[in-house]
Amino acid sequence: MNLFEFKMPEHFIIWNDPLIKGAWVSIILATLGIVFVLTYFKKWKWLWDEWLTTVDHKKIGIMYIIASLLMLFRGGADALLMRTQLAFPDMKFLNAQHYNEIFTTHGTLMILFMAMPFIIGMMNIAIPLQLGTRDVAFPYLNAMSFWLFFFGAMLFNISFVIGGSPDAGWTSYTPLAGSEYDPGPGQNYYLLALQIAGIGTLMTGVNFLVTIVKMRAPGMTLMRMPMFAWSTLITSVIIIFAFPVLTVALALMTFDRLFGTHFFTISGDGSPMMWANLFWVWGHPEVYIVILPAFGIFSEIISTFARKRLFGYNAMVYSMVAISALSFIVWLHHFFTMGNTPAINSFFSVSTMAIAIPTGVKLFNWLFTLYKGRIELKAPMLWAMGFIPTFLIGGVTGVMLALAPADYQYHNSYFLVSHFHYVLIGGTVFGMLAGMYYWWPKMFGHMLDERMGKWAFWLFTIGFNVCFFPQYPLGLMGMTRRMYTYPEGLGWDGLNLLSTIGAFMMGVGFLIIAYSIYWSARYGERDTTGDPWNGRTLEWATTSPAPVYNFAHIPKVEGQDAFWLMKQKRKKGKKEKTPELKRIHMPKDSGRPFVFSFFWFVAGFGFVFEWHLIGFAGLLGVLACMLLRSFEYDDHYYIEVDEIKRTEAAAGRL
Amino acid sequence: MATQNNHASTPLEYSTEEGRLKIFGFWVFLGAEIVLFATLFATYLTYQHATAGGPTPQDLFVVKDFMIETLLLLASSFTCGLAIYEMRRGNQKALLLWYIVTLLLGAGFLYFEIHEFFMYVTEEGATMQTSAFLSSFFVLLGTHGAHVTLGIFWIILLLIQLQKRGITPVTSRKLFVAGLYWHFLDVVWIFIYTLVYLMGVAG
Ligand code: HEM
Ligand SMILES: [Cu+2]
Repeated sequence: MNLFEFKMPEHFIIWNDPLIKGAWVSIILATLGIVFVLTYFKKWKWLWDEWLTTVDHKKIGIMYIIASLLMLFRGGADALLMRTQLAFPDMKFLNAQHYNEIFTTHGTLMILFMAMPFIIGMMNIAIPLQLGTRDVAFPYLNAMSFWLFFFGAMLFNISFVIGGSPDAGWTSYTPLAGSEYDPGPGQNYYLLALQIAGIGTLMTGVNFLVTIVKMRAPGMTLMRMPMFAWSTLITSVIIIFAFPVLTVALALMTFDRLFGTHFFTISGDGSPMMWANLFWVWGHPEVYIVILPAFGIFSEIISTFARKRLFGYNAMVYSMVAISALSFIVWLHHFFTMGNTPAINSFFSVSTMAIAIPTGVKLFNWLFTLYKGRIELKAPMLWAMGFIPTFLIGGVTGVMLALAPADYQYHNSYFLVSHFHYVLIGGTVFGMLAGMYYWWPKMFGHMLDERMGKWAFWLFTIGFNVCFFPQYPLGLMGMTRRMYTYPEGLGWDGLNLLSTIGAFMMGVGFLIIAYSIYWSARYGERDTTGDPWNGRTLEWATTSPAPVYNFAHIPKVEGQDAFWLMKQKRKKGKKEKTPELKRIHMPKDSGRPFVFSFFWFVAGFGFVFEWHLIGFAGLLGVLACMLLRSFEYDDHYYIEVDEIKRTEAAAGRL
Repeated sequence: MATQNNHASTPLEYSTEEGRLKIFGFWVFLGAEIVLFATLFATYLTYQHATAGGPTPQDLFVVKDFMIETLLLLASSFTCGLAIYEMRRGNQKALLLWYIVTLLLGAGFLYFEIHEFFMYVTEEGATMQTSAFLSSFFVLLGTHGAHVTLGIFWIILLLIQLQKRGITPVTSRKLFVAGLYWHFLDVVWIFIYTLVYLMGVAG
């Protein structure tokens, strides 16, 4: 390692492929377009004041969701490129190297830069409102989390045009991902981008744990919390126990690649298997991090649109606790075939199958909530209804994969690819889209168009099954994961073509959603009541969108479904006494989280190319930001009673 | 700001909502730190015999050296406790003094640790690149040492704030949290002392 060495990689600017040239052109055009629009409409200051410096959980949530939709677009484009390559035998659309790069960026982006921020976005939008509180416990830290995610995602996204994409799969197994077989900056991008975003996620876990444990409205005992709050609490605990393992794993591989240590190399007595273990000790809990919040959202939506209390509330909570505990003792099911002893494989096989029990409990609870409910099939509910059968298929095939001896047959085949897409799309993506339709009025004050919503749902869901169901038989017929092409005459042609057609149907579904976002902003139905769905929980007790301070008075909670109870009481004609308004203590906005995370980006970029001087300079910037924060005492202000009165009067509440 | 606490039962750092939240948040963060170190320990224990023909723990570890490091760090944890005790009594001078002693002991620990690493590299040719054992040794101890270094600079900043502002709910909360951090590093060291050094020399 030489601090002052600046070695240019062989390909710094990637310009060797028509697709990438096209990407360059569109990136430059899009950037110029954004700069032009912001300048022309004099929006730079607005952007900085309202968004880049905000510490308001509602705005941070919106930024998370916009970012994850963009990442869904990029990841989806990757997916369509792959499906195009696989549509016919012997296709020459992508070469092997390019295919490797694309499944790597697709998988990594979808999990870490689409699913994670979507979930954290939902938490930001809903949790403080559901708890009846004014913000998360640490708003400044919340902004840091967002910007760390954002710059981590940017670092990952520029890899394919500057320096080259990572290409060792989202799991990045060693020795393939080690410097010997994978020199060059691509893999470093993976390591550093995930590291930066991961620190942000860990901070989110701490933040939401403290918020939920300490900041619930008076009267809201733990067992009166909305189910989404429960799922967030449990997810936060999993994040706190799982993400540090990722931090270490990534750091160790970074050391191997940059400084020549021997954690995952055979030489020097290291062990490539160590990586698989560390990765999945984080990785399996991670899949529960992305599914539990979706479970929480479905619970809210199903009980709202069935007009019933959630069936088996306690069982729901305990089953989530059980899932979270089990999620830490199943990781080895990802490599049954790597030569463990039968005793070890048996243990992990049984523990994995055990997770089906609490998951089944939840499924029955949703069904019983629906039973005799007055069901209204609005867009959010449609996604919830689509989730139940889809996730069931994903879950059943998961149990099949958990059977260690049988797994030798279909391990790393398209059977697996189909399984994880059934749970990741059918569970997480459906859940996030459901939540997006459900809370959109709360975020923006207008509804997403219902008719387009239905079209999008049916196209996406049918397309999804057309795309992924054929992959189960394909896997059983021997088509392996990550193969970039296949010869004619294996009997795979028809099913692969069908799968590609389904993928493009999903793409159209996504475009309809995107268009409906634009259309609804201009012409969509406005939500003037704050309670468009006849909701049950506290986020519907305030205006849409909620004022900065969320609630002028902190609500008093008297049971589960707090807002429902309030409405019941009001119907009976009981008047609540409104206490005097008091001035409200709020955190000040700050630009430092943005700058701080930008320095991380600089550091990351430097280390990607092993330009250590730039790397350390970035870290110095990070430390300087922390120093300035330590000396900051004046970081709060008060919203005076007059202003609250004006806001409340405008909302028609005084 | 009064140095005296109005509620005799609640310490000053817990007297505000913000203080309570931040202290609890820091405990949660320490939970994550425990997982981080646990992972590094697991890695080290996996690789402790993976010496690739290079030096072994018995070749390297010198009982006297790691005993000195241990005593310095343990003593610093004690003086840090005294500092918080004086903070609770509202005695700013003693608080400052004990924290300075803590930092000096911490710096002494670092001096011996860096010296130890330096000897390994120059005398024994034992570097991070030698074997998986040494990779995991240096990264585990390096992470701990980096925490101590960061802690020293952090506490210096806090002592400057203390001198400027006195003992307030905010400064007392910050110093209290830094104290938790310092004790935590001591606990980690006890595991390093046992699992790395004692088990290492015992073979
Ligand atoms: C738009 C719908 C999607 C389509 C058409 C699609 C398609 C694909 C394809 C073709 C592969 C490569 C399979 C292989 O060659 O082994 C793949 C891999 C993968 N996908 Fe998707 N995908 C979609 C959405 C998602 C989503 C939403 C997620 C996660 C939330 C996801 C996560 C993954 C992961 C983790 C991999 C494995 C990457 C690797 O092997 O390293 N996908 N997907
Ligand atoms: Cu798993």
